[in-house]
Amino acid sequence: MTIDSLVIADKAFRSRLIVGTGKYPSHTIMRDAHRAAGTEMVTVAVRRVNLTDKTKESLIDYIDRQSIFILPNTAGCYTADEAIRTARLGREVGLSNWVKLEVIGDERTLFPDNVALLEATRALVKEGFVVLPYTNDDPVICRKLEEAGAAAVMPLGAPIGSGLGIQNPENIRIIKDQARVPVIVDAGVGTASDAAIAMELGADGVLMNTAIALARDPVAMAEAMKLAVEAGRLAFRAGRIPRRSLASPSSPVEGLIGAGAPARS
Amino acid sequence: MTIRLNGEPFEIAGPVSISTLLAELKIDPRQVAVERNLAVIKRDRYETTMIGEGDEIEVVKFVGGGSRDC
Repeated sequence: MTIDSLVIADKAFRSRLIVGTGKYPSHTIMRDAHRAAGTEMVTVAVRRVNLTDKTKESLIDYIDRQSIFILPNTAGCYTADEAIRTARLGREVGLSNWVKLEVIGDERTLFPDNVALLEATRALVKEGFVVLPYTNDDPVICRKLEEAGAAAVMPLGAPIGSGLGIQNPENIRIIKDQARVPVIVDAGVGTASDAAIAMELGADGVLMNTAIALARDPVAMAEAMKLAVEAGRLAFRAGRIPRRSLASPSSPVEGLIGAGAPARS
Repeated sequence: MTIRLNGEPFEIAGPVSISTLLAELKIDPRQVAVERNLAVIKRDRYETTMIGEGDEIEVVKFVGGGSRDC
């Protein structure tokens, strides 16, 4: 097959797996997991510098910036204004104008506040940001975000950190069918098969953090996710057979021994 | 003078530039972003941007995170 890159805005990525940087047992395990995942884009949060404890090593030192693009996020923001401020700060730290935009609307489910998300998307697009909004698996809000200038849409598969897998596959398929920007399934993946399913549904990529970082062996899980995303993508492109309720024999029915013999009673 | 630094009151002899503040805090300017009174200050303006009494300063950096669960 031809080279199959994920293109978002003006950037092409060979890997369709975007990975987080939180919750790992250590920075070195995170670095090794990123390598095993083959990822070319990782997302980072923006937080206040701890002024009393500056001995902590910097996360950035454990990200290979030669091969990995850093995508700042607005995780933890509950209003459009907070998210916009955080995006501007992230741009200044990272010196890129990309942002994974999150505006959380509910603490228990971490579902997005789509009204505020749409408002923040419009404002940041106007400021020249490449906006990748995390949103619900709702085709209508995904369409509106795209119309507002989002460079990709990132519907959740299930609540953040839940590991429940793709809860609403038909919606993901509908979102992909209508979208003219890449669709990245963001959040909810628990294990490799979930990532493969997202890709088989036609998603252009998958973003995950917890499923790798909190696996018993994060580096091995990162490799599993890499293979799953590749397998799911290949299967999508190969074109699966239609589902049918009854069997269809794989072997020829002609030339069976005993053919022509009287039917058994 | 007293400023608010990352949400807390902070005493520093001033007025000072952002460069001087970061140097006093032993913070590498290349790894952070600075906001003064809600406006992001570009890195090449740290030398010339002065902080005065009562200013609200935020100094942020990248930390590990995927989503809100970080």
